Amino acid sequence: MSTPLRLAGIRKRYDDTVVLAGIDLEVAASEIVAIVGPSGCGKSTLLRLAAGLDTDYDGHISVGDREVRGPDRAVGVVFQEPRLFPWLSLADNVAFGLGDRQSPRASDLVRETLAVVGLSDFAGALPKQLSGGMAQRAALARALVTEPQVLLLDEPFSALDAFTRMRLQDHLLTAWARYRPTLLLVTHDLDEAVYLADRVVLLCDRPSRVQDILRVAPARPRDRRDPSLLGLRVALLEALHLERSMVDASV
Amino acid sequence: MIGASRPVTAGELALPRATAVRARRRWPSPLPWILPTVILALWQGSVTLGIFQAYQLPPPLYVLDAAAGLWRRGLLQQDVIATVVRVFTGYAIGASLAVALGTITGLSRRVDEAVEPTLQALRTVPTLAWGPLLLLWLGIDEPPKVTLVAIGAFFPVYVNLVAGITNVDRKLVEVARVYDLHGAEIARRVILPASLPGLLTGLRLGLSQAWLFVVVAELFGASRGLGFRLTDSQNLSRVDLMLAALVILAILGKISDTVVRAIEGRVLRWRDTFEAARP
Repeated sequence: MSTPLRLAGIRKRYDDTVVLAGIDLEVAASEIVAIVGPSGCGKSTLLRLAAGLDTDYDGHISVGDREVRGPDRAVGVVFQEPRLFPWLSLADNVAFGLGDRQSPRASDLVRETLAVVGLSDFAGALPKQLSGGMAQRAALARALVTEPQVLLLDEPFSALDAFTRMRLQDHLLTAWARYRPTLLLVTHDLDEAVYLADRVVLLCDRPSRVQDILRVAPARPRDRRDPSLLGLRVALLEALHLERSMVDASV
Repeated sequence: MIGASRPVTAGELALPRATAVRARRRWPSPLPWILPTVILALWQGSVTLGIFQAYQLPPPLYVLDAAAGLWRRGLLQQDVIATVVRVFTGYAIGASLAVALGTITGLSRRVDEAVEPTLQALRTVPTLAWGPLLLLWLGIDEPPKVTLVAIGAFFPVYVNLVAGITNVDRKLVEVARVYDLHGAEIARRVILPASLPGLLTGLRLGLSQAWLFVVVAELFGASRGLGFRLTDSQNLSRVDLMLAALVILAILGKISDTVVRAIEGRVLRWRDTFEAARP
């Protein structure tokens, strides 16, 4: 099988500013890759290009053995906000991307996916009745129900509190174990990156390139207290020059 | 893994707010009746205390009596039916045209550019200016009156629907694009449902505008209707009949508004606004 997701020579500019100066990245089947980097380095831009939401770039993006430019059925996206349709029940939100939404097969798929993210009891609820974490799990279910080959996540848990975030990371891993999508995750949370990913890609500041790629060795399920994960976190901090707090540096 | 797929209990849902509202609604609140009662009392009191003379401001019971007199002669029923039919025919026509045109201009920038300036100009034409022209063009029968009501209903519906459509959250549209949906599908499944709050605001404003315009329409060569009764009583110096017509107009307007609000509440059950949670 060919590489599920391949980004080759991706360049992106906004007017006169070069944001992405040639990004090359290949993600293997069912691999989890996290992209980290200083804010404004173009992480989210890169993800939007991969999602096909912005087609104004140079370079090539391919999913499986097809080159894609524009949205593709084989690529699912989870955004920073849940972006649920407020007028649809949870089940209807999850079913949004399915072809024949009325079929018994569709409702089976929806029920199964809601169970994977632990929302079985809330199929009939409206988005306004959900907490932030639940809404984001529903968004994850909506992205997974079509069983995309590639799942893109743009800082999916950044709006949640630390405890909910950790729980959702585990939900994500459970779902990943069930559907096995190739997963590309943009995050600014280094703990999240080393806990979830097989590889952590470090983007440097604008115009950004791949500065480094770190492999996360420990097998899943991982322990958040694992010293080797902490070691990687230190390595990432050093690479990002964030070893010392800014307050210290100014003294 | 810590509680990877822990089922969530119903206690985590933010439901109590909605249930509280429902529980409160079980008994009709006396609050809405306080103000009308005070107004009635002031009305009666100002006549009793001699602040106004009865020929200037007939007290409530006189007005009720005048209304009963009209009723016995069959005129009240005739007026109410004539006005209600004009309002609903005109409203149905005006609102339907507004929904059709508003959907198209809302969705297409090009149509919007072509139509918007003309509509804005037409909108500024005063209601009274339409009257003589419509009489000239459409005769003195029902058509000019219904048309005037339709014009009145059209603009609020149109303006609010277009605003509703153009203000739809770009982020929701993006979700639909991720699923490779295009034009008509995005419009049907995302933009139109998301613009429902705007449409319903427009429908409600359009209805109250229809009630205002019907009275103006009935100033021009009508032989029945509450607007006609208003001017006719004015010519006869029958202040009691004028007040009766005004009160009935107010009551009818209130009833129709209540109906539209009830529909709005049902259609927009999903909305997460302060309105629903207001203490």
